[in-house]
Amino acid sequence: MEQYLSLDEMVQPHRIHRKLYTEKEIFDQEMIKVFGGTWVYLAHESEIPKPNDFKTGYMGKRPVIIVRDNNGSFSAMFNRCTHRGATICREEKGNSKVFSCPYHGWTFKNTGELAGFPWPSGYSKDMDRSDLNLSHIRVDSYRGFIFGTLNREAPDLLTHLGPAAELMDQWLDRYDGKNIIVRNPNRMVYNGNWKLSYDNGADGYHVAFSHRSLLAVGQRLGENKDMTYFAQNPDNSEMTIQYLGNGHTFVDQRPNYKNVGDKWKQQRPQPGREILEEAIRNKFGEQADYLLDQAIGGQMNLCIFPNLLLIGNQIQVIQPVDVNRTELIWYSTQIEGLPEEINVLRLRSQEDFPSFGEPDDMTNFEECHFGLTIPEVEWVNIGRGYRIDGRQTIDEKGVIKGPVTDELPMRNYFQEWKRLMKTNLQLTAVSCN
Amino acid sequence: MKVMVESHVREETSRYSYYMDLNYYINLAQKIKAWGEETIKADRETVFEIKQFLYREARLLDEGKMEDWLQLFTKDCLYWTPVTPGGGDPTKEITISFDDRRRLEDRVYRLRTGYAWSQIPASRTIRSISNVEVWKENNSNLYRVRCNFMLNELRAGKMKLLSGWYGFLLTKENNDWKILVKQNNLLDSDQAHENLTLLL
Repeated sequence: MEQYLSLDEMVQPHRIHRKLYTEKEIFDQEMIKVFGGTWVYLAHESEIPKPNDFKTGYMGKRPVIIVRDNNGSFSAMFNRCTHRGATICREEKGNSKVFSCPYHGWTFKNTGELAGFPWPSGYSKDMDRSDLNLSHIRVDSYRGFIFGTLNREAPDLLTHLGPAAELMDQWLDRYDGKNIIVRNPNRMVYNGNWKLSYDNGADGYHVAFSHRSLLAVGQRLGENKDMTYFAQNPDNSEMTIQYLGNGHTFVDQRPNYKNVGDKWKQQRPQPGREILEEAIRNKFGEQADYLLDQAIGGQMNLCIFPNLLLIGNQIQVIQPVDVNRTELIWYSTQIEGLPEEINVLRLRSQEDFPSFGEPDDMTNFEECHFGLTIPEVEWVNIGRGYRIDGRQTIDEKGVIKGPVTDELPMRNYFQEWKRLMKTNLQLTAVSCN
Repeated sequence: MKVMVESHVREETSRYSYYMDLNYYINLAQKIKAWGEETIKADRETVFEIKQFLYREARLLDEGKMEDWLQLFTKDCLYWTPVTPGGGDPTKEITISFDDRRRLEDRVYRLRTGYAWSQIPASRTIRSISNVEVWKENNSNLYRVRCNFMLNELRAGKMKLLSGWYGFLLTKENNDWKILVKQNNLLDSDQAHENLTLLL
């Protein structure tokens, strides 16, 4: 049996060990300790808008049900019958006050309380029912984003988000108080470890190379559209890359978009662009540029560790399937009350990167994973920007900032990853009563 | 202030997109509702011609003749791969592709750049078309076609099978059949896909 290095040996300041990506044993621990020990994104409130709406999903590998109860508050429970273990809810979404297990008919209220089971005379009258309710996950939400943790000692969600909360505000406050509506997802899957996506969420180095075909399309009609500003050394730009603490990372492309209307102007043309722009300009006059910008992504890549990426106008969820397989769920978004032209343009814009950008990244994730299976080459180098005087700054909130190609997000989030992996907490869900 | 655009610009659909306004979506919704409607059957000769056309379209894709394939589409075409089985509402739902003429040309252009890593090596495909049904729209030069497909893909040493049905709106321009709408309904449209960068 091959010997493991310790976590301290595997996570070094400027390099990490390949086994963090390739070892099933480490993956299994991550699914418990990372996707359980910290706050994990579960769902958006707009996906379960009405009382008794529910959505099923995962917390790591654990099947869960997220419910809006009769009073409008949220809860999340393990999707597991307390009788023999079957999942009790097998639909992606729906509305129900009760969940009835298809196997032996045990029935639970959507509060998690065991409502009953068939032919109760078969159980003794003094049977202890207290641990037969569904187990509740500790949940909290911030501006519609519902998170859950199995760590009773974790700080409250807002504290955990820290400076990321303010950036979520900025991502959401582009619409003057209008609500975001989460729409259907476009789902993709690749044969590689989940962290390859998280690494990529805050990676300003790869764009010019991994997305070379996308950038070429951006120049097809003789103009420079989309992220072509990454093609010359982007370190000379005003863009920054940031570590926000608690594993959260951020790329700020907004300095490339100084004036109202710049986002719209820079976006690669989407279907219907000219005719819908014309309609908006005719209807809204001087306000048009401001509205058209709202059809385009916020130019922020905000990565909330471990599984939520706000990129473009999408809510991307990283869903680990196995040590070498990961699903990416790209929820589309529209905004309540924006002109229909803008909301249609939002969708057509959100189809651009998943068609022409993400597939090339996913191919590179797969090829990374493949390369990392070589036992004799042990290290992943994450040293860009490391130990160069004056290249990084730290502000009063502890946010570390650097030039946009730096690998400082990886160097720092892996420290949080290591902390979670080393912790020996009792992770628990509690019975509803 | 009304924005005026010269009509020849409106017709340059490789460069500008003037035909996909909100009415386009409304009309499209009506058209796709009719995919399953058994109205006027096309005559034998038309069905024969259309089958030949579909086989050729499939072959051009399998042979990687993407530019020739593009020529089969009208200037105001739609190449549509829904996420929602059967189509859904593209004004409220994301799709895998909802390409106007310009974006469809973008799609081909990207595959030709030599830098589309997801298609290096390129997919080798073979597709079979079956269960072809053709209906004629009332009083128009417009035909609705439904057919099933099986698509085998080999890429990077791995075989995959995609299947589903195509919905076509076809029209005849100067004696040539042209595609006004191609809707690619994958059986697993709403599931997670690995590297769906081939042309369907």
